[in-house]
Amino acid sequence: MGFLEELKALFPPGRVLTREAALAPYESDALTAYRRRPLAVVLPERKKEVVEAVRLCHRHGVPFVARGSGTSLSGGSLPVEGGIVLALNRMNRILRLDPRAKIAVVEPGVVNLEVSRQAAPYGLYYAPDPSSQPISTLGGNVAFNSGGAHCLKYGMTAGHVLGLEVVTPTGEVVRLGGESLEGVGPDLAGFFVGTEGLLGVALEITLRLLPRPEAYHTLLAAYGSLEAAGNAVSQVIRSGLLPGAMEIMDRLAIEAAEAAVGAGYPQAEVLLIVELEGPKEEVEEEAKLLAQVIEESGALEVRIAQSEAERQAIWKGRKAAFSAVGRLSPDYIVQDGVVPRSRLGEALKEIGRLSQEYGLRVANVFHAGDGNLHPLVLYDGKKPGELERAEELAGEILRLCVRLGGSLTGEHGIGVEKKAYMPEMFAPEDLLAMERVKEALDPRGLANRGKVLPEGVVDPRLEGAHG
Amino acid sequence: MAEVRPTSPLEVQEAVRLHPRLRPKGAGTKPALSAPREGEVVLDLSGLRGLLQYEPEEFVFTAYAGTPVKEVEEALRAHGQYLPFHPPLAGRGATLGGTVAAGLSGPMRERFGGLRDFLLGVRFVDGEGRLVRGGGQVVKNAAGFPFHRLMVGSLGAFGIMVELSFKVFPYPRATRTLRVALGNLAGALAALERLRGLPLDLLALDLIPPATLEIRLGGFPESLEGRLKRLRELLGREGEALLEDEAHWEGVRDLSFLEGSPIWVKVPSTPARIPALEGLPLGPRRYLSGGELLYAGVDPEGLRALRGAGLPHLVLKGAEEALFPPPPPAFFGKVKAALDPRGRLPLG
Repeated sequence: MGFLEELKALFPPGRVLTREAALAPYESDALTAYRRRPLAVVLPERKKEVVEAVRLCHRHGVPFVARGSGTSLSGGSLPVEGGIVLALNRMNRILRLDPRAKIAVVEPGVVNLEVSRQAAPYGLYYAPDPSSQPISTLGGNVAFNSGGAHCLKYGMTAGHVLGLEVVTPTGEVVRLGGESLEGVGPDLAGFFVGTEGLLGVALEITLRLLPRPEAYHTLLAAYGSLEAAGNAVSQVIRSGLLPGAMEIMDRLAIEAAEAAVGAGYPQAEVLLIVELEGPKEEVEEEAKLLAQVIEESGALEVRIAQSEAERQAIWKGRKAAFSAVGRLSPDYIVQDGVVPRSRLGEALKEIGRLSQEYGLRVANVFHAGDGNLHPLVLYDGKKPGELERAEELAGEILRLCVRLGGSLTGEHGIGVEKKAYMPEMFAPEDLLAMERVKEALDPRGLANRGKVLPEGVVDPRLEGAHG
Repeated sequence: MAEVRPTSPLEVQEAVRLHPRLRPKGAGTKPALSAPREGEVVLDLSGLRGLLQYEPEEFVFTAYAGTPVKEVEEALRAHGQYLPFHPPLAGRGATLGGTVAAGLSGPMRERFGGLRDFLLGVRFVDGEGRLVRGGGQVVKNAAGFPFHRLMVGSLGAFGIMVELSFKVFPYPRATRTLRVALGNLAGALAALERLRGLPLDLLALDLIPPATLEIRLGGFPESLEGRLKRLRELLGREGEALLEDEAHWEGVRDLSFLEGSPIWVKVPSTPARIPALEGLPLGPRRYLSGGELLYAGVDPEGLRALRGAGLPHLVLKGAEEALFPPPPPAFFGKVKAALDPRGRLPLG
């Protein structure tokens, strides 16, 4: 029997897709500029099925890519030519939600927001909140170590994953971590998070839940320039406050958000959102200090949400900004880089200059508290050469982030999109160490082949030196 | 006993290439981890110290791994900041590298999380003497394999850490501590579980068996009285407010309650596991972070009991076999083979 016949024998009819029309939706993720036709897509419903499919791939040397809802913006779940796609959306059960232990044990296809929904009656929630949280799955969040608006205070996905059951690329099933907030021995679960599917597939994920904050204080301030808003962020930090979130949107992003959801934002060059959260007595005191800091920062207009509805209205515009930009331009690239917070002003100025130089508009939406930029490079794919120019501009922005002491990505992952830039951030020895770990766990190079690690990093001279 | 004391990353690389078996050591505050086994050369990292970079406004610092936690904390304190996971044994000289290698967090981990939530990046020398970087120096970073998280609790298995970057936070303007006696273990556990699930933003929530809770609050001085009052109402008890709360908690994080016990262990716990743990012959002990973390003093019988019950633990002091159980071979073994193929470093 050939590979496909064996694969089909593992699954009930209808759960191995091979016809062209059925494969088409899996050809790309949210980075649609890249497309690959897989050999087949399988739809597992149980752990055992994933494990058997991985073992079969290992036996036949067939590459595989696991994917959830396909919201990756970096091509992280792009299929491999001739390989299979493990589409895990049907593995969407919350296996256990234990409010006393404050944990949830979930399958990888569970949608991020669903965990918070299920935990809400107990006053708990799952903190990492990527903008894609209504659709992205936890398996994907684990692969990319996803972030969101609240990373400064609460950290990224890695801190919220206590344990994992994983199938390695050679088909071994291992448990990493546990159910306690504390462990002993190497933090292997922490290490697995963010390896973008190169070291195996998560079968089961144990998450920590947090008590939902008691009170919020959400402030919207308008500024005349990005620099002024950036300075305000610095002043908030210097005052000793630790907001749950600090977000900035520029004029283009504001316009887009207004056109899409009518958030009722003030007309301004730049908007800053600051949200405090915690026990009500504490938030009251913090709010007094914040008011003083914002007043001194030269805000042109300040609004404070007086109700949960007003708070949601403020966030609605921010969360809609990415998709809303689609109204301003036929196509756009969402870029994702990080700079030290104090260099935000410098970075934005340079992005403005690059935008002029390349003749392409760039809208800026970002997690100012973390220094995580999300420049949206607008282009028209129908105009010859414009996509290439947009990609070049996006690449320049990434180089800029690394040059300023930041990172290639804050939350979107490296995928295929940014792997060529890895040598800008990492030395050959760093990349070699990643290669070695990959090779040790996946000697045939089957798990999410072609992602993260740039081609040709292995310098033969280095290889020789270490025998 | 053979010992080398490098003072630069380059010297660490040389030492690793030169010696077939090495045992990294910081200040030696966890002797079960740093005492050399037969045939091992001690790699004393206390000479690799100093703050390399600290930007208060970024909430980030980078320091050599042999830097004492205390030294870093003094620099942070000058800017009103701290390491929220409250590294243990700081008062006894613990270093950043030793803290990461042991994977230890202290009582204030309750509020913002443990060590793994605050480590941002690492530079380490792997078992072949190669200098490798993982992570970065910004609070958000998702590029490349996260070698920094691999170092947490690694006991030096994958490499010798030379440089570490951490996230820090503003120190609370004021703190208060409430000590409450709850009568019996069942009552104390019920109160503990209740407090854990509420959005009270407690800095610390400790159970001292059989029935005492110690709860630390931090924030604006103006808000603390109200929050303390609410806490008392929730518990239905007045309790006792500790006046010397800073000194008290420094003692707790230096594990001074274990003084006099021959063996010191860290045991990952959960509130549900506490009754079973309380049935074992353990010595002085304290459950930190809402019952998620137990530090206990035991004698050899207590250690056997922990092992016999199959409970994972790490010995900090007083026994040769530090880690139970050993890490999973399928995953750990392969990562280890990739980074330390000749088995120069601990754990295998």
